Amino acid sequence: MNLKTLATAAMVTVMGTSPVLADLVFPSLSYRTGPFAAGGIPFADGYADYFTLLNERDGGIGGVPVQVPECETGYNTEKGVECYESTKGLGSLVYQPLSTGITYQLIPKASADGIPIHSMGYGRTSAANGKVFEWVFNYPGTYWDGAAVMVQHAKDQSGGSLEGKSIALLYHNSAYGKEPIRTLEELAKVEGYNLTLIAVDSPGQEQKSQWLQIRRERPDYVFFWGWGVMNQVAVQEAANIRFPMENFIGVWWSGSENDVLPAGAGADNYKSLAMHNTGSDFPIYADIQEYVVDKGLAAGAGDQIGTVLYSRGLYAAMLAAEAAKTAQEIHGVADITAAQMRDGMEALEITEAKMEALGLPNFGPEFSVSCANHSGPGLAAIQQWDADSETWTIITDFMAADRTVIQPLIEEDSKAYADEAGITPRDC
Amino acid sequence: MSPTFLYTVEVILNGLMAGVMYALVALGFVLIFKASGIFNYAQGVMALFAALTLVGIQQGQVPFSHLINAVFGTDIHHFGWTVPTLLAILLSLCVMILFAWLVNRLILRHLVNQEPIILFMATIGLAYFMEGLGDLMWGSDIKRLDVGLPSGGSFWLEDVTAGWAAEGSEYYGMYIDLLDVWATMIAVTLVIVLTLFSQYTKTGRALRAVADDHQAALSVGISLKAIWVIVWSIAGFVALVAGIMWGAKLGVQFSLSLIALKALPVLMLGGFTSIPGAIVGGLIIGVGEKLFEFSIGPMIGGATENWFAYVLALLFLVFRPQGLFGEKIIERV
Repeated sequence: MNLKTLATAAMVTVMGTSPVLADLVFPSLSYRTGPFAAGGIPFADGYADYFTLLNERDGGIGGVPVQVPECETGYNTEKGVECYESTKGLGSLVYQPLSTGITYQLIPKASADGIPIHSMGYGRTSAANGKVFEWVFNYPGTYWDGAAVMVQHAKDQSGGSLEGKSIALLYHNSAYGKEPIRTLEELAKVEGYNLTLIAVDSPGQEQKSQWLQIRRERPDYVFFWGWGVMNQVAVQEAANIRFPMENFIGVWWSGSENDVLPAGAGADNYKSLAMHNTGSDFPIYADIQEYVVDKGLAAGAGDQIGTVLYSRGLYAAMLAAEAAKTAQEIHGVADITAAQMRDGMEALEITEAKMEALGLPNFGPEFSVSCANHSGPGLAAIQQWDADSETWTIITDFMAADRTVIQPLIEEDSKAYADEAGITPRDC
Repeated sequence: MSPTFLYTVEVILNGLMAGVMYALVALGFVLIFKASGIFNYAQGVMALFAALTLVGIQQGQVPFSHLINAVFGTDIHHFGWTVPTLLAILLSLCVMILFAWLVNRLILRHLVNQEPIILFMATIGLAYFMEGLGDLMWGSDIKRLDVGLPSGGSFWLEDVTAGWAAEGSEYYGMYIDLLDVWATMIAVTLVIVLTLFSQYTKTGRALRAVADDHQAALSVGISLKAIWVIVWSIAGFVALVAGIMWGAKLGVQFSLSLIALKALPVLMLGGFTSIPGAIVGGLIIGVGEKLFEFSIGPMIGGATENWFAYVLALLFLVFRPQGLFGEKIIERV
């Protein structure tokens, strides 16, 4: 943790719950310490740097400065809830908890408090149903979309059919890791593949048994739902048993530089889902250099710029800022409230023209959000690791998930939540 | 031979070698507990700190560079040189010895004659302090540790054993990770060296005297403070070895400190005071958890290794509360 983070944390503590009405507040529930810090730091840096850029270059959003109070969760659910409670009084517009566990805890709290949550590619998948989850958004795609896109890619690789093929899902034995199981089971009925489920207990430093099983059973594909140290160990073990890496596909949380670099050349050709592009070869980075880095305002140590998870933090901040702009347009005020922010998120439309104007051409997919659909169309691409150049490259177009299987699952799960929580679904 | 039999042998061999890796961590706990009665909660973090220091020195990283840059507005990260592996290991060992001296000077000497629980709490504080210090010194990013040890499956063994299965059966040869083989050889060497040291050197005999009876050792002129520094230094050396072996497998990252969790059932089973106990305990836990996962795991959803290791240790505890090789507790009434 650096001094800047300490200072921000101290500021949050000192400010307590006194509202700061003059600024737009986007709290950052980060984790810069503990076993998952290597994933949390670049995301938090990207999130903070984008808002710093808007403040320095544009004077904020719609002329209103942006504040990003940072609170350390350590990827711990209890601490995450404490962070939410200690920052919500600052006039927070949206929370991005960066943890499925924290998201599950915050869904009822934030819904009651009237503050939107954006769990971008994590959290509760059925929150895609905006009729039930009025305050929760998970665009541009969900875990179930991700699983369906993996199946689609495997199908394309196998000449258009997965009939008789075998797929093993290696997953973190937690709510997060179990998210894709139902989707993959349903898709197995449609596509005719055999699915083997292989669980790994957290944190996942020891996976010998699991990889010996994979070596014995020789599945055609291994799909992978890991986080933290589990990722590095899995990629290393796959390389050790000489599993064909082009058939080893991770979720978007298992596809950063951190996950593949420790395995060296063995990680070559490993694939993962991508919800956005990566690298620093986009026009926006010239502005980040001029307005953020050169002014000494970069978050953290400033050494994460352009990495996959930095790009994800930047992308998350960009989507939040665009939703805030949309809210300002809808309501005709610059100093928006959390409820108005929610309206902006629900009316969000991301087009290629808009991204190009932001300095992010071809960075992410085009999508729109609606009252009924809080996840967008469920788009993801596949990226592949090149160990020589140590770079990720997107090798497919952004593909839409087959929602014919997923949509009934979303309806079923969200209905169960609505019944349990006593929610009457909205008409939209 | 049937493939099932061969796969079972493969699981047992891999379990034995995983057990050696657990034992490497458990050894550090045993050394300190035996000499001072302290359950050193910080042993896992010591392995992390040692590995971080090794990579930092190897890569010529400037310690505390983030802090220096933030305070002085500089932009320094590396000295511009790299250090050969062997020299880096020696320098890391020096850092661990310095650490041992500081722990004794700043913490333990002030806690002499305190209850064991107080000393245990002190090591909890030490663990969290060291985790933060490691972060501040070397950064939180995941580092690749390359000390030149081979890793990956052995082609030779696969080829030799591929024909052992009955004709027509799907068997691809036996898998053993070369890194695990090296870890086993290093652990065996380490245990031999530690045994020779404690049996045949003056310091080793003093260590054993302190382990047997603190007051009797003091009465014959053995300096308790010096012995503690030596023990913590040896535990630091063991932590460095464990950090190297685990760091080569996982990459050097903060999860490395959690390997201590894998050592606890080994200690429960082998006893807190026995070096052979740590080794045998590690082997039993390694084989037991791997065999259970292989045979029963698929029927109950898998991911059984973490909890089954503790079940196994508890079973042993019921019959031998002092552990398999622990000193028998004799209380006079």
